[in-house]
Amino acid sequence: MDAKKIKILAIASVGGHWVQLLRLRPAFEDSEVVFVSTRPSFATMVEGNKFYSVTDASRWNKFKLVVSFFEIFRIIRKERPGVIVTTGAAPGLLGIFAGKVLGCKTVWVDSIANVEKLSMSGKIAAKVAGRVYTQWEDLAGGKVVYEGNIL
Amino acid sequence: MIFVTTGTQAPFDRLIQMVDEMAPEIEGHEVIAQAFKGTYIAKHIQVLDFLEPKKFKELFDNADLIISHAGMGTVISALTTGKTLIIVPRNAKLGEHRNDHQLATARKLDELNYVHVAFDSGTLVKLTKRLLNEDNSGNPPKVAEFASGRLISSLRKYIHDGA
Repeated sequence: MDAKKIKILAIASVGGHWVQLLRLRPAFEDSEVVFVSTRPSFATMVEGNKFYSVTDASRWNKFKLVVSFFEIFRIIRKERPGVIVTTGAAPGLLGIFAGKVLGCKTVWVDSIANVEKLSMSGKIAAKVAGRVYTQWEDLAGGKVVYEGNIL
Repeated sequence: MIFVTTGTQAPFDRLIQMVDEMAPEIEGHEVIAQAFKGTYIAKHIQVLDFLEPKKFKELFDNADLIISHAGMGTVISALTTGKTLIIVPRNAKLGEHRNDHQLATARKLDELNYVHVAFDSGTLVKLTKRLLNEDNSGNPPKVAEFASGRLISSLRKYIHDGA
């Protein structure tokens, strides 16, 4: 048995995504967690953990998407986490892509705000990530699983 | 004090205007708003730009009532602190968001009695006055600090044993 701690990179952009990510923290107990978000001041919310801030991006701004991707890629290459966990949005999806390329286990938790259908990023993540959760039972199916929600 | 927040991603002038116009009607209640800068200039309420997490929390915790867009960050914060919350969903047709998921989210959260929802100014004023006058502020629901045990253990299992 390898007694070494698992390293998790937990990434989400500002707003509801970040708040939902923080609610998953008990799942990270006994692991080393590196947090990534899009506001430097969020470091104060995860004191005791390593924190990186990256450029926020959405699919409406291709240039920022590229910048953000390389920032995230660099962090993952440096930190070498075993697992990437994200609650979205676009930066989280970029984390899934970069993590996949660098050989990490990847988990997408679709935001609880998506009550009628999976988010666009979630649909893409479903093709790439190792595990994809929806927070609404009626949206589960195929690779997308429902196992309760962040409330 | 009533704390109004529109999130940090995009302006939501319609909400700020609705609250600003309501302010003279609810005398004795200070209104402080956090809003991404739009074009509407408020006359009766204080509007602040992005707030550091600590300042945001302070205003949030001291508020008697929260009014916000249908952003999950605010909804979850209200649910964990047991604050009474009225949400006004952004409407994509009015250019307030890229899609109408906030309308769907608001309807669902309303149905589950997690929040109060106002789709228009009349409802917002009526709800605000009612909730400010109720002793129990409408008995806001409260949720625990972390996600459901089921989601936590499933995620944990995947992190440690998943393929």
